[in-house]
Order: sequence, then structure tokens, then C-alpha cells
Amino acid sequence: MSIQNINVALIGNPNTGKTSVFNQLTGLNQQVGNYPGITVEKKIGFCKLPQNIKANILDLPGTYSLNASSMDESVVIELLLNKNDKLYPDVAVVVTDVENLKRNLLIYTQIKDLEIPTILVINMSDRMESKGITLNIPYLEEKLKTKIALVSSRKGLGIEELKELIVSYKTIPHEACLNSSVIDAEYFEKLQHAFPNQLLYKLWLVITQDVNFSNLDRNEIRNTFTKSHSELKRLQQKETIKRYQFINDVLKEGLQVDASMAKDYRAKLDRVLTHKFWGYAIFLGILFVIFQSIFSWSTIPMDFIDSSFASLSSWAAEELPSGILTDLLSQGIIPGIGGILIFIPQIAFLFLFISILEESGYMSRVVFLMDKIMRKFGLSGKSVVPLISGTACAIPAIMATRNIENWKERLITILVTPFTTCSARLPVYAIIIALVIPNERVLGILNMQGLSLMLLYLLGFGAAIVSAYVLNKVLKLESKTYFVVEMPGYKLPLFKNVAINVVEKTKAFVMGAGKIILAISVILWFLASYGPGKDFNEAEAIVTERNIEKPLNEAEFENAVASQKIENSYIGIMGKAIEPAIHPLGYDWKIGIAIISSFAAREVFVGTLATIYSVGNSDNEATIKSKMQAEVNPETGEKIFNFASGISLLLFYAFALQCASTLAITKKETNSWKWPVMQLVLMSGLAYLVALLAYQLLK
Amino acid sequence: MQNTIHTLKKGEKAIIKDFDIDLIPLKLLEMGCLPGNLVELLQVAPFGDPLYLDINGSHVAIRVETAREIEVELIKTNS
Repeated sequence: MSIQNINVALIGNPNTGKTSVFNQLTGLNQQVGNYPGITVEKKIGFCKLPQNIKANILDLPGTYSLNASSMDESVVIELLLNKNDKLYPDVAVVVTDVENLKRNLLIYTQIKDLEIPTILVINMSDRMESKGITLNIPYLEEKLKTKIALVSSRKGLGIEELKELIVSYKTIPHEACLNSSVIDAEYFEKLQHAFPNQLLYKLWLVITQDVNFSNLDRNEIRNTFTKSHSELKRLQQKETIKRYQFINDVLKEGLQVDASMAKDYRAKLDRVLTHKFWGYAIFLGILFVIFQSIFSWSTIPMDFIDSSFASLSSWAAEELPSGILTDLLSQGIIPGIGGILIFIPQIAFLFLFISILEESGYMSRVVFLMDKIMRKFGLSGKSVVPLISGTACAIPAIMATRNIENWKERLITILVTPFTTCSARLPVYAIIIALVIPNERVLGILNMQGLSLMLLYLLGFGAAIVSAYVLNKVLKLESKTYFVVEMPGYKLPLFKNVAINVVEKTKAFVMGAGKIILAISVILWFLASYGPGKDFNEAEAIVTERNIEKPLNEAEFENAVASQKIENSYIGIMGKAIEPAIHPLGYDWKIGIAIISSFAAREVFVGTLATIYSVGNSDNEATIKSKMQAEVNPETGEKIFNFASGISLLLFYAFALQCASTLAITKKETNSWKWPVMQLVLMSGLAYLVALLAYQLLK
Repeated sequence: MQNTIHTLKKGEKAIIKDFDIDLIPLKLLEMGCLPGNLVELLQVAPFGDPLYLDINGSHVAIRVETAREIEVELIKTNS
């Protein structure tokens, strides 16, 4: 018999440092996936314990209690109620923050009612001294019927002790620590009587929660023991009061706070960060620093990646035996991959800033500061978080709307989030800005290119806000407004947490986009390298005949053949077909192809152009940028990427919903095709109109 | 007029008396907003809403429309 790994579930309130504990236990040995059918992130890590035992550590979404009010929280309950789940925990580890022990223990008492062996982690123990807190651990262990690990995930203290406790999980008590059924003894007695083999608290959760249960017949339970919504809520209130009474009694003996010892900088920081002038000024300043630095700091590694891929391409073309495969590699795959890898620096910077803002506790202050303003536009202060993380990617941003309690505010947030400038737009913006905006300084310090990029970001936010305002007026939806935000204490972001976050997110972005881009660049290469009929296949003869009067030199001849070929290749024919529609926007058919292929994902735009311009181009060493710069309109001799067409393209990408995954996530989160279709039609229609106007005015 | 969390001034402390349970989200109860518990108004957002509270040791922000539903009894401080 093989020894099975121990399943450990990490549970706890948000802001307790649960994820730091997870990172301490597992290091980089983590897997991030999704729960089947839903988009809640599932994080599993592996950990070697003493005595050669191994554990699967599951980092469950942060939740305040077992009363689920969101999909993330439902995941926790569904797992804990399903003994057949292969991740069902052998032992639960509830993570609490020593400063918020009272509130953090609420969910602990609920988990204990499920009779799962539970270890209590009291985290942030390094702060006890500065807060004047002393704990009576043996007393707490006795009353709470558990083993306690005093941990500082920040300093890495107590982790070994926690591992020892996990190994000996069989000795950890699994009975409940209080009897909550006294809140309505008669009702609960009947319930237990009807289902003698089931755990009473489990039955109660089946009645009160809207989650899936595998082997309990919920209708049977519900029909017999139903109560009105109001009555149930009243009982839940009683239950909460009962639990708090118990916790208060325990903490009266178990926890002493000497308030005179407490040093608190929270109040001072709050006063500045939520100040009616300084609060907004600081927020704007932070945004400004983020966008300036993304553009100027990341150019060095980006230029390096760009030129390395160009040399790799030319090396492959020269050194490998010539043939179709080499062409595919040097003209299709390498430029395609290079087109995505180049954006790693910018994307990593963006994730770095977002994760620092989240980790430090500053994001909640922004929510607080912005709520009243955002509500004027039909949004919530909590919409700020999706709108800001939308600058990384709309997909996690749309998932982050789940904690917006009001459905209308949430729906509007989902619909407008794709307007914010996501990292996939960065490649497109970056290359076009570099082509059409001069790299000069204004007012001595502001870089014009950085400034343009910031304007595009502001434009994205503006478009989101304005369309939210319109949607708020147009949509007729009534729903109760609830708004509860925890304001966590300020913390210095932990390097390890931030680093793991940045690496994971960037990796997911590159892998996800990389697969699509690789596939598309191979298809594009094929479509651009072959064509039907004699216009393509007899290109040399046609060119020779056309120039019979004034023969071309060798280089001119090669270029003329290449452009004859690409125009008559499959892709050329497709591009020409749509050219009439995009010509008024200032684009040629090559850009048209790039726009079509980038519907899968925006960043494909750059890879596509890179592939199209590489095919038949003898100069493999040129970078994508210089290739684009060299493109001229064969009829007028004007540059294809000039100021007017550049601005038109920037605006098109600012508004268009060029992302199949966003549509999929909107469908999933709103549970209807109506909203994603509306999103697509309205955003892309707007993009076309604005790009058209811009080009016609500027040309 | 009955005192509610909304009528508190910045820095004032009060004891939560009563509220209509159907108007208060369960999450707020779980944060410790229960009759008998202490509440302190820490900050008011720039445009008068939301309110930043210390409820029973938990730091939370809620909107005025919710705060208005929670009756409290002011604790007089002499200092």
C-alpha cells in the first residue's frame, strides 16, 4: 500500500496572511488552476513534512464565514461538505491574525462544528509586542479544543512547529467547541431526529446555503424544514451572536491587550491617505509613477529581447539547411514568439505594482476614497479594484467583481472593465507609439511617449466611466445595495509574496497568449507563403514581364517578387477583401489581417505583423519596429504607420473588444450570452467610429 | 431623534442597540455588528460617504444608507 499524502486545507478570513503561510509551507512548489466549471482560482502546493510525510496544501479562497455570499466562498463550503472529494482535508488549518483574533475565530468555530480536525494558526505573532498583546496558549488550546501554532509568516517563525502539528493531525481533537443548536433547540432536535446519520451543522448549512451538495438530498431537507428568508436570517444572527459570546468568553481569559503599549500608525496613515485633498493627490501620483515607469524602465530589457530575437531569426535562416521548415521557423515561429516575449518586462512591472498595492492594504483605502464618486456613475468603490487590475488583464479583473454585493453595480463593472487598458494592449500601444510619437521631452521631465501612454490609459478609464454612466441610466435593474469593506492594517509588502505573484501571473499570461500566438503565427506563415493561381505561382515571370522595358537590379527584383507574392497569397486575398472596410481608417490590408487575427487576443497584432513582414523579407536582422517603420504605401509612397493612421490604430485598440477570452469570462460570470454580445457590438462599433473620425480629421 | 451610526461625529463612540435585520447584510453581522457591541466612527470619506468604523475591533467601511439603519446609544466622554 502506498502512503497517501495528507490533504491540508488552509482556511481563513481575507487579510490574515493565509497566502503567506501557504507560500512559507510550499515555496515555489505550487500549481494554480481552476475549480471545474467555474473560474475560482485553485491553488495547491506540496510540502515535505518531518518523518518523510508529504502533504498537499490547498489554499482556499479567503472567507469571513461559512455563510457564502460569493462563488469563491461557496467553493470552501462545497469542499468541506463533500467527504468524497479527493481534496477533502484530513486536517484543516485555520489562519488568524493576532490583532483580529476575535473576528477571525468566527469561521474557526464553524469549521469545528463540521468535526474536521482543525489546527489554529495565530499569525503575525511578531506584532504582539508592539501591540501590547499577550496570549495564554494552553488555556486557548483547551477551550478551543485544538492545537495552536504561533506563527509569523512574515519572519518565517513557527512554520516548523506548524509542520509538526500537521504530521500528528490524528491526535488533534475534532469535536465542536460550542453547541450552537441551542439558538432554537426544538427545531434542531427535529432536524437531527429526521436525519439521525447526518451532522447537525451540515444539515443547517444545506438549509441556509445555496451551494451544491453531492450526497444529501437537499429538497427533502428543505421541504420539511423550510423557514422564511427572514426567519432564517434571524436564526443566523442568533447563531453569530452565540458564537461571538463563546469567543468573547474564551478571549477574556486567553488574550490580554495592554492598550498603553500599543503603537499605532494606522490612524495617522489613514488620515493622510483618505484626506479630501492629499488622498486623491497621492492616488493620482501613484498611478502616474506606475505608468511612467512601465514605459521608461522596461525599454532596456525590451530592446534587448527584440534584437536578440531578430538575430536568432537571422541565425536560423543562415545556419540551418534552407527549406520550408527553416522558413517556417525563421519567418513564422521565431518572430511570433519574440512578439510576445518582448512584453514580459512591462507586464511584470504592472503585476508588481498591483500586487504591492493589494498587499500593503492601500487598495481598501482607494475603495473608501472612491465609493461616493464611483456611485455617481453606477459603480461601486469596489469597482476601482477591477478597473485597476484591468490594467493587467480583464479576466482576473472581471473575476474580482465578485465581491461587489450589488448586482447592478457588479454587472456594470463587468461590462465596462474591458475598456481599461490591459497588458495585451501594451504591445500594440508600445510599438505604435514608438513609431509615430517622437521620443522627446516636454517641460523638461515628461517623456512624450510616456505621456501618450498615460493618456491612453486615462482614455480607457474615461471610456469605462462614461459608458458606466450611460449603462446606469439605461439598464433597468433594481437590487438592494450592500457595501461592506474591511479596512486591513497597513503592512509592508512581503518580497516573497509579491515575487511569487508576479512570476505566476506573468507565466500564465505568456503561456496562455504564447499558445495562441504560436498557432496563429504558423497559420499566418502558411497563408502568407502560399497562394492560389498564377498571380502567386508565377510571380517571377509576371514581374519580369511588367518591367521588360526597364529591367530591375537584383535587389529591386527580389522585393518586387516578394510583394507580388504576398499580395496574391491566401492572406493577401483575404486582406484585400476587407480592405474597403478599413481603408477609411487609414489601414492597409496587412493591418487588416493583423486586426482580424488579433480578435483572439490583442497582442497577436504585433506577432502577426512581424510574421507578415518577415515572409519574403530577405533582411531577417531587422527588428519588428524597423520593419514597420520601413513600410510604405506602394501607390503614394507615404509611410503606412504615419501620425494619422497611428492615432487611428491606437484609438481602435483603445475601444475595441479584441479578446475572445473576455467574452468567455463575461458569459460565465453573467450566465448569459446577452451581455457579452452587447459588449462586443457596442465596443467594437465605437472603436470603428472613433478610429474613422480620428483618421479623417488628422490625415 | 434616534441616534444611528450615521448621526455619530468623527471620533465618537457608541453602543449598537438595534436594527432591522432584513436591511443589514449578514457579512456585517459577522464582522461584529451585533447589539451590545461597541462602535467608533474613525473617518468619514471626503464626500460624506462611506463611513469608516471600528466595530467591536474590526475595521470596516459601510455606506450611509446602511449606517442609517443601525440604532446606537452614544457613549458620553468627558475628556
